[in-house]
Amino acid sequence: MKDEPEIRIGFYVCHCGTNIAAMIDCQAVARYAAQLPFVAVSRDYKYMCSDPGQELIQRDIKEHALNRIVVASCSPLLHEHTFRNATEKGGLNPYFFHMVNLREHNSWVHSDGSKATAKAFAQIRAAIARVPHHKALEVLQVPIHPDVLVVGGGIAGIHAALTLANAGKKVYLVEREPTIGGHMAKFDKTFPTLDCAACILTPKMSQVKSHPKITLWSFSEVVKLDGYVGNYQITVKHKPRYVNEDLCVGCLECIPACVFKTPKFPDEFNQNLGKRKPVYIPFPQATPQVVLIDPEVCLNLKTGKCKQTCVEACGDRQAIDFDQRETFDDIKVGNVIVATGFKTFDAHRIPQYGYGAFPNVFTSLEVERMINTSGPTSGAIVGRDGKHPDTVGFILCVGSRDEKTNKWCSRTCCMHSMKLAQLIKEHCPRTEVYIFYMDIRAPGKGAEEFYDKSLRMGIRFIRGRVAEVTDWAVTPEEEGRLVVRCEDTMAGFVRRIPFDMIVLAIGKEPQADAQDVRRLFNMSCGTEGFFLERHPKLAPVSTFTDGIFIAGACQGPKDIPDTVAQAGAAAAEAMVLIDQGHIEIEPNTAHISEVDCSGCKSCLPLCPYTAIAFIETTKKASINAALCKGCGTCVAACPSGSITQNLFEDDEIFSEIAGVLAYE
Amino acid sequence: MNNEPFEPRIVAFFCNWCTYTAADLAGVSRLKYAPNTRVIRVMCSGRIDPQFILTALAKGADGVLIGGCHPNDCHYAEGNYKMLRRFQLLKRLLQDFGVEESRVRLEWISAAEGDKVKSVINEMTEQLRALGPLGMPAKFAAWDQEVEELQHQVDEASETEAAHA
Repeated sequence: MKDEPEIRIGFYVCHCGTNIAAMIDCQAVARYAAQLPFVAVSRDYKYMCSDPGQELIQRDIKEHALNRIVVASCSPLLHEHTFRNATEKGGLNPYFFHMVNLREHNSWVHSDGSKATAKAFAQIRAAIARVPHHKALEVLQVPIHPDVLVVGGGIAGIHAALTLANAGKKVYLVEREPTIGGHMAKFDKTFPTLDCAACILTPKMSQVKSHPKITLWSFSEVVKLDGYVGNYQITVKHKPRYVNEDLCVGCLECIPACVFKTPKFPDEFNQNLGKRKPVYIPFPQATPQVVLIDPEVCLNLKTGKCKQTCVEACGDRQAIDFDQRETFDDIKVGNVIVATGFKTFDAHRIPQYGYGAFPNVFTSLEVERMINTSGPTSGAIVGRDGKHPDTVGFILCVGSRDEKTNKWCSRTCCMHSMKLAQLIKEHCPRTEVYIFYMDIRAPGKGAEEFYDKSLRMGIRFIRGRVAEVTDWAVTPEEEGRLVVRCEDTMAGFVRRIPFDMIVLAIGKEPQADAQDVRRLFNMSCGTEGFFLERHPKLAPVSTFTDGIFIAGACQGPKDIPDTVAQAGAAAAEAMVLIDQGHIEIEPNTAHISEVDCSGCKSCLPLCPYTAIAFIETTKKASINAALCKGCGTCVAACPSGSITQNLFEDDEIFSEIAGVLAYE
Repeated sequence: MNNEPFEPRIVAFFCNWCTYTAADLAGVSRLKYAPNTRVIRVMCSGRIDPQFILTALAKGADGVLIGGCHPNDCHYAEGNYKMLRRFQLLKRLLQDFGVEESRVRLEWISAAEGDKVKSVINEMTEQLRALGPLGMPAKFAAWDQEVEELQHQVDEASETEAAHA
């Protein structure tokens, strides 16, 4: 300690335009800092993060022989890296820098200038008391494993996987359903161009299957994730399909051969509108093109008593395997892209709209399947009573923009409903179609024109939130039909309009197990339950965990173009790490002073990463820096005070405490 | 103090991943809250040594606020549970010291709960305003003086004794 040069602190307070300066008297802050111990230079500047701001630090380090830097500006989560770089460029170890959060934690949240300035004094006093204790630290470099795991095989996962694979990266794509394709595979046409969803999606699906760089694991789930950025160890569970994927050729001969002569069981892919057999393929272009057997309804798997006509039909291929069990694969990857998508709103939750009570109330996704030529009605719009409707009413924002259910906008239900309305009009031009809306949200390329086209096609738009759907007829015309009661806020009175079919444009929600997935991948969720991005504007596909990226509707409701754009962005972010080859890790790890350690073993059970080992020969504990993630829990618990955490040393924190309280 | 109302000083220890980020979110959302809190960032609430809390109180804080990730959400798996265990013990100790319970508070605030940062800080500030200053530094000074006086008396007594003998 005695040999160390005298501490010379450079202090800089940033105006951030007026973001800080409008609330905090920055000049007073600079004057206050100037008379604090060890401060050699104290300045205020308009934008510290700008190039001239950073150069100011670098110049001062040389001219004033500074050896500690404090910048009071925004959150360290935003610009700590910027100023550490500037410190390093000035010739100092970057960890001689400390940051004070005057913007997010002060000027933006307070409204009394003198109190905000007083708080700023306390904040900077803490930092100036802290930095003399800072030590030069070495950055840890860890290599990045070049393989990537993509979780979820919807359009987001497919696009991300293909982008990476085309760039030559090895990708594992894990999908929990028997086929990839996600929600997009269920759509008939896509707005606003009305191109067929299957025509643009299925080629990408087969590319995934045939790509030499992609390992596709359908009907599989990630069950475990260990490690850290660049070095994740992952366990994937493969659920039994009772069909050997390597042997099945997708001839589908087993399906007609099944002892159930007609399909009897609800077909999930078709929103339970159609029926399937125990042995089935979700839809004709399913990828992989491999059948599966539903153990809940298969006679052989349930009772063991079946003629096994499917096995007979399979013949020499011997793909059917009733003894199949769960299997597991352990893989190593450097990055993970989570693209687990969304869940549609359960329309039963709004009983006044009659879903489940009235047979001819449908959800938009059900109509989507109905209108699809490969769907359960081969493209015909028919009610559950078997009749073609003459009048169809769409109710928008079901489970969206609603205090009682979900506050957020689904972002697609306006456009999606207009698309279905146009398709119904195309299929059967004399059908009367009404759309009940609160606002029509048609932003984006070609969307407003699409709305215009809907109007020109004669689709009627009624502005007002629907109160209820009822079968209680008050006029002979309403008899046997579904009546929508709604205030027409344009006309200014309450209307009753009878329909043959009602379509509920259901909103988007986080997946039911989003919380489990979040914990598995060490991510955060927003209040609504969608995965939280690192920054809403500047890091939209990154998470707070390095090497874990998000794409698509698992981050928030979005349409196909935005989903694909995000998937590409996530793939690019992963490639940045892969092509760098290594990542620098914050050196905030803990270490044990062997001299002071009493060998009490208190710390051993506290470490969640088993980074602490007890060395039997010396009877002392020791921390493996490569495993330590820098939480500091062991440091707080060590009774002899022999554990130190870099950047969060006891002395540093005690000086901060004294510092924040030194100013009255 | 004079006529100015009492303004408590609260030292807050926020974990980097949840509560510190939530406080950033409160800023980005321009929520307004009482300026009485000074935040010290730690990587995990598990890093918070009970000594930090005691030191803050001893050095003049009227209250200490600890913010960590919700149970099950800790960035480091279970650091928040470790903090909770220490907190339960510390609370009993503080009670024995005569420090009111509401002066030291542990809250789970996730990165998305900017409004909770605001409501917790406002609520705690209100409670401490009503409770008044803790004034540990003044108490320490008074105790030191008391001990000094006692020592003085003892010294005097022994001097007179020595003179008599």
